[in-house]
Amino acid sequence: MSLALEVATGAVRGGTSILFAALGETVAERAGVINLGTEGSMLCGALAAFAIGAETGSTWVGVGAAAVAGGALAALHAYLVLRRGANQLANGLVILFLGLGLTSLFGGDYVQADVALLQPWAVPGLSSIPWLGDIFFDQDPLTYLSYLAVPVCWWVLFRSRWGLLVRGAGERVEVLDTYGHPASLVQFAAVVVGGMLAGLGGAQLSVAYTGAWFENMTQGRGFIAVAVVIFASRQPFRVAAGAYLFGAALALSPALQARGVAINQFALDAIPYAVTLVVLVAFGRRQAAEAPEGLRKVFEISAGP
Amino acid sequence: MPSTRRTLAALGAALSLVLGACSSNDGTTASTSDGDSSSESASAPGEGSTKVGFIFVGPKDDYGYNQAAYEGSQAVAEEFGDMEVLTAENVPEDDSAVRIMQGMIDKGAKIIFATSYGHLDPARKIAEANPDVAVVQQGNFIEGDIPDNLGTYFGTVYEPVYLAGIAAGKATKSNKLGYVYAFPIPQTINNINAFQLGAQSVNPAAETYVVNTSNWCDPAKQAEATKSLLGQGVDVVTQHQDCTATVIKTAEAGGAMTVGYHADASSLAPEGWITGSEWDWDALYIDIVKTALAGDFTGSKYNENYRVGYKTGDNPFVQSEYGPMVDEETKALVEEAKARISGDGSPFAGPVTGQDGATLVADGEVPDYATIEAIAVFVQGVVGEIPKS
Repeated sequence: MSLALEVATGAVRGGTSILFAALGETVAERAGVINLGTEGSMLCGALAAFAIGAETGSTWVGVGAAAVAGGALAALHAYLVLRRGANQLANGLVILFLGLGLTSLFGGDYVQADVALLQPWAVPGLSSIPWLGDIFFDQDPLTYLSYLAVPVCWWVLFRSRWGLLVRGAGERVEVLDTYGHPASLVQFAAVVVGGMLAGLGGAQLSVAYTGAWFENMTQGRGFIAVAVVIFASRQPFRVAAGAYLFGAALALSPALQARGVAINQFALDAIPYAVTLVVLVAFGRRQAAEAPEGLRKVFEISAGP
Repeated sequence: MPSTRRTLAALGAALSLVLGACSSNDGTTASTSDGDSSSESASAPGEGSTKVGFIFVGPKDDYGYNQAAYEGSQAVAEEFGDMEVLTAENVPEDDSAVRIMQGMIDKGAKIIFATSYGHLDPARKIAEANPDVAVVQQGNFIEGDIPDNLGTYFGTVYEPVYLAGIAAGKATKSNKLGYVYAFPIPQTINNINAFQLGAQSVNPAAETYVVNTSNWCDPAKQAEATKSLLGQGVDVVTQHQDCTATVIKTAEAGGAMTVGYHADASSLAPEGWITGSEWDWDALYIDIVKTALAGDFTGSKYNENYRVGYKTGDNPFVQSEYGPMVDEETKALVEEAKARISGDGSPFAGPVTGQDGATLVADGEVPDYATIEAIAVFVQGVVGEIPKS
């Protein structure tokens, strides 16, 4: 397999968990709520899929549980931020550590649990397309689900009445309230949906990609997802491109090493963040202008006096 | 394993700081590094102690390095019925380890096991501040003078790894072996070299491809590393990681064979399991405690950089069970090599050549453990470079 093909395939495989989480964060941020606890929702999803999959003997029940677990943790964030007035950024970190602590506490018993993994499945026909077939159509079922999630997210956000409410809540809560729509309920729902998507990302990591549960196994991918969202200006298709770009950065290192090429792993690991910084420096002003107005307030408030 | 890991560890440290602060408030004053405590107790380090303390860098149920050490601590508890065994998990490799160990000493422990590579500096501080406490550290190496109450111990990890390399060299059809490792620390380099030397001793065409993940447990990176190796035609995969399931499952799913590390994971690879290496600390821990209790620690073999291997006694790093596909010829070759290492041989018996062609061990020379531990380059036949940091 050529280097380019191997990296591209690895980018999709490894980028999918980031893609789910970033799509979720896109929905939440479009509604004006930043959730830095995305990583925590991923961890809850990763453990729930593995543990419930093992307990019930059905991996797909586990995947459902992953969405519920990720959504539940995000619901706590939504409650504290929207109902109790907690600072979004600080509370997100609290949520992350809560997720990390809870999954470490309850996850120990499941490290060697036996789960039927979601194996890659080549789509008949499509998988024989040169290049694209190998890259996109010989993957695990949750990766296929992510292909659907991207256009669905886009359509809901930008073409549906629901999306209008979500974006309206993100821009100016008062307007929605004035027209009789419960803005904070819309925001609450958006954050929970975001957490559910992050939970699915965690599930892809544990029951499809790595076949393992281990404490803190997400290793910062939730934060990469948040970076992708900023990088991609909260546009679902750009989010997908960003997630795969970051996935490619992760896949490049082992592909080069297996060919006997020495590279600095730490430098490669920094690429996603470096790219985000470059994008922010280059397009920062435009991006700030594109950001939902409600989000800008968050940063203004947290910037302090 | 020596692990820079985990936010959780930091959280654990914070928690134990709080707990430590509480316990030193209600207790007597802690002995500090000013140390006139030596005048009150003339006893030898660890003599007559009623408690033993163990610190681990990770969780006690990681199915790997830390779990093995924890199980050793429980063997000590079982052997010495009236002895209280204190344990602390997720202890970071910094000064919070000093506080946690001091807390154990304040509770009456006079024998301390610091079980991670990076616990050496904290262990040294503790030993210097508490002359009546015997402190032993697992896996690191003390340079220069060694205090009367400090020592390191370890198995020779590369011996069973060499034997596993023999089995891998016989099993491979593509003559390409793969090694997923975390960081290029001396122990890992020894393992990779021993694996390759073992393989090429029975199969001169065998090569070992190496990929590092810069992390002791990042399953996604492990999956990608394994797939990259398989992509190069590797058909036997082994590893040096803290959590081991992903590499084994990925290799098995890809139709490749597996050599395990840390734990017997043969159940994860019913088709491809060859053999592996795993820890069994019970006998060594018990003997260290016995020596210290009797007041014989100072000047004993545990008061230095103690390395136990097939040559000198019971290596706590033992070979795992064979998988069903390993044939009798391979088992005989392994037994033969084990007998050779236990006698006057070594996995690193000369000639050993480095990747660049330089002679690392001259023909006919049998290096001692310290010499082997100092080898910091890959041997010929290893494909890949040691990353520069």
